[in-house]
Amino acid sequence: MTTHYSKDHEWISIENGIGTVGITEHAQQALGDVVFVEVPDIGRVVVAKEAVAVVESVKAASDIFSPAAGEIVAVNNAIVKNSALVNEGAETTAWFFKIKLANPSDLDGLMDKAGYDRYCAENA
Amino acid sequence: MTTASPPPADPGIADAPLRRTPLYDGHVALGAKMVPFAGYEMPVQYPLGVLKEHLWTREKCGLFDVSHMGQAALYADDRAHVTVARALEHLVAADLVNLPPGLQRYTQLLDDSGGIIDDLMVARSEDPADAGALGLVVNAGCKNGDYVHIARLLPDGVHLTPVDDHALLALQGPAAVAVMAKLGPASAALGFMQTRAMLVGGIDCRVTRSGYTGEDGFEISVHDDRARELWDLLTADPNIQPIGLGARDSLRLEAGLCLYGHDIDTASSPIEAGLSWSIQKRRRVEGGFPGAVRIQRELREGPQRVRVGIKPDGRAPAREGTEIVSESGAKLGIVTSGGFGPSVNGPIAMGYVIAHAAGVGAKINLLVRGKPLPATIVQLPFVPHRYARLVPSSRPAER
Repeated sequence: MTTHYSKDHEWISIENGIGTVGITEHAQQALGDVVFVEVPDIGRVVVAKEAVAVVESVKAASDIFSPAAGEIVAVNNAIVKNSALVNEGAETTAWFFKIKLANPSDLDGLMDKAGYDRYCAENA
Repeated sequence: MTTASPPPADPGIADAPLRRTPLYDGHVALGAKMVPFAGYEMPVQYPLGVLKEHLWTREKCGLFDVSHMGQAALYADDRAHVTVARALEHLVAADLVNLPPGLQRYTQLLDDSGGIIDDLMVARSEDPADAGALGLVVNAGCKNGDYVHIARLLPDGVHLTPVDDHALLALQGPAAVAVMAKLGPASAALGFMQTRAMLVGGIDCRVTRSGYTGEDGFEISVHDDRARELWDLLTADPNIQPIGLGARDSLRLEAGLCLYGHDIDTASSPIEAGLSWSIQKRRRVEGGFPGAVRIQRELREGPQRVRVGIKPDGRAPAREGTEIVSESGAKLGIVTSGGFGPSVNGPIAMGYVIAHAAGVGAKINLLVRGKPLPATIVQLPFVPHRYARLVPSSRPAER
């Protein structure tokens, strides 16, 4: 299982052609207390960098983009019911959706963990 | 992920170097996240975070640095209250001639069409030695413009002096009075909107029982040189947490209080904004303030649109700028402040709605990300005010 990171602070973890997508720990910290989450409908077909989910904190509303094209095959209703989970497990339990990749080369433009950490440090 | 709506927008002053309040080092020492706001580097939150800071203030007591706000004084050369009061009455609609010593009043600077240039507090000192003076507190983002505007319209013999060497602290919440009673016993005797010079922890201060959270509390003006000492004295109390601008915004929104540049501006009149309670009877009858023709007409006939409270039925917050439509899709108005109310534990908003559709209980839709989300017009405030009023209020509930 490999995990890739976007400049928009999403992570996508790939296993058997299915990507699990969430927001990074860095993003979670920047947002502060999350109070609302909206996930896409299962079966929705999205293109890479399409806004597909929403996360709102007490401070701001943010779009979450799909790092890759494909079909939404699962969503995490636990974070819809209890949005504070996003603050507790941004890169683990609080994933937003799973997507069946249409075009694995979409991942080529993403960063690995070390690259993302460097990106955050440079843009702090 | 991109952030669509940043924290309360910085009203102007884009390129000037950022200023710091005397408490800047104190904020940094407490781990505050500092952001540019109204030309200052201000704490938006401390390590506690916006949500917990908000709830702490409602439950115990929060300390805010609001030194960026504009403190100023008006002086009449003849040292007569009526002179300074009449001079300011040409710019605002409050009755200041009859403002008793030791009391503060909320009002708005008006333009000739009755639009709001800024909202402000006007205080008359309790001390006869201060006769002929009025203290002003205006919004940080407006202060430079306000001072030019006021100075330009003052008659000969009345002068405006910005008080640039004083910090302003706000102590807000149900525990505030007990804390203040220990440090400055005279403060506990103040009623809502009463003001008095006194020692707080041995430091010369002007204390006013007022605030911007809907809670009981105090605003304390103190010389820059002793501001940090007072801040440290207060933050040492286990009941007190420092609170940033983030929670200040959610607290005032739950309290149904207007934020200048958002809920009120030159395009809105005090009557539309539900602030008619701030225009005392004598002024309503006599007029004599900018925009009086429009404001007196709106008092008689009602305004075309009104500021209302809005409770989304679901969990999605509706932010500033969200369009308000009827259930059939007709445009009714716009959200001017919106977000999550921690004490309400749900989304809340305020906005302007065309008067005939603005009744409490009316069902509306909010266009959030292109989708109509059902919401209800509700009475303001979302969280009841808990001011320490000395006499029962004649002020009607805000709509």
